[in-house]
Amino acid sequence: MIGIVDYGLGNVQAIENIYRRLGIPVRVASDAASLSQADRIVLPGVGAFDWAMGRLDASGMRATLERRVLEDKCPVIGICVGMQMLARRSDEGRSAGLGWIDADVRLFDESRFDGPTHLPHMGWNDVTPRSGESLFAGLEEDSRFYFLHSYFFAPADGIDDIATCNYGGEFCCAIRHGNVMGVQFHPEKSHQWGIRLLKNFAEI
Amino acid sequence: MLRSRIVPVLLVHKGGLYKTVQFAKPKYVGDPLNAVRIFNEKEVDELMVVDIDATREGREPDYTLVRNLASECRMPLCYGGGIQSVEQFQRLISVGVEKVAVSSAAVKDLTLVTQAAERVGRQSVVVVVDVRREGPMWRVYTHNGTRRSDREVTGFVREAESAGAGEIVVNSIDNDGLMKGFDLELARAVRAATTRPLTVLGGAGRLADIEELAREFGVIGAAAGSLFVFKGAYRAVLINYPRRDEKDALLARARS
Repeated sequence: MIGIVDYGLGNVQAIENIYRRLGIPVRVASDAASLSQADRIVLPGVGAFDWAMGRLDASGMRATLERRVLEDKCPVIGICVGMQMLARRSDEGRSAGLGWIDADVRLFDESRFDGPTHLPHMGWNDVTPRSGESLFAGLEEDSRFYFLHSYFFAPADGIDDIATCNYGGEFCCAIRHGNVMGVQFHPEKSHQWGIRLLKNFAEI
Repeated sequence: MLRSRIVPVLLVHKGGLYKTVQFAKPKYVGDPLNAVRIFNEKEVDELMVVDIDATREGREPDYTLVRNLASECRMPLCYGGGIQSVEQFQRLISVGVEKVAVSSAAVKDLTLVTQAAERVGRQSVVVVVDVRREGPMWRVYTHNGTRRSDREVTGFVREAESAGAGEIVVNSIDNDGLMKGFDLELARAVRAATTRPLTVLGGAGRLADIEELAREFGVIGAAAGSLFVFKGAYRAVLINYPRRDEKDALLARARS
């Protein structure tokens, strides 16, 4: 059963709809009891870092989430700011992140952009996965995802970086550290490519 | 490589979808949820939905409708209409939209944009600027084109960027629904005023209009209403959108 953490932020229902159509058992978890039944967890997110951390703390699900991920080793995937929350800290806010991965979230340096558009990085961009990553099975060629962000995930250990994207230079757009995964783009809003990625996550 | 965004814009009026000409003469074009399902199949880049009654009627967004649209959408959704407070921004993000567009309230007071950007992140804060040409410049209008403001477009766009807008959508009231091409002079003026992602709306009548926009401006948002809901000289209602190979070819030609 896939549990989608519903802490009032991010497109919970769009993710649920995709899994339902794939015939994969899914439930929206808005309290600790229902989250504890999930064996795979999606942490969605749209919004600013501090707001997201504050909402997660206020949801009453954080302790259960940490137990399921850190002790029981359930696969988890953070989406957009949900990925950024996996880091220790972010340039965007003052709150501490979950710290499940040794990483910082940094603001793109505007000097890297020479075109008329700088930030946010908005729209469909190519994603290049490292070979053999199960999260990107079937997405090795011509995979496109929708991005909407001004901050990027900078893992301390490059081994955690499983896919890159280019916007004024390369940056890490997907990470995996054991059972903890994250994607900067929005798979729930990326048509067939996103559906495939969510399906892959369910099969990990 | 980041691609230009080709964005259908749907107007909600009396619960249905309508398309206007110069912000008047609304014509019924269908049911919102059904349209979203068709646009899913066509793999559109993103969708913008604007409730054109909300601000004029001084009411809240229809959160139930927005939630239904957002959960059906397999592409990003930007919602606009009737937004006046940070709480409304938060509630709209909570019901599942990626971006919230504000227009009249931003022209009245850009503090709202700053506060919303702090709360939901500037990537989700879109400022829509409806304008009419006045001689050498463009005048900003609000309340669905019914109120003339004291603002000129480029100055306002600069201030909106400083206030925290994550995207600027500039909409030509003069060209709305005419399908005779974008106002490229307007696009030039606004492009020079901001480094935020820019989306140009108003007037697209052929895919070649989008190609022309992308050729001049590189990565840009090209938005249209009529182009994606009408077919032929008699404006028969038929939802359409370029296939992926057509879109890729169009943008490749624009880059060459």
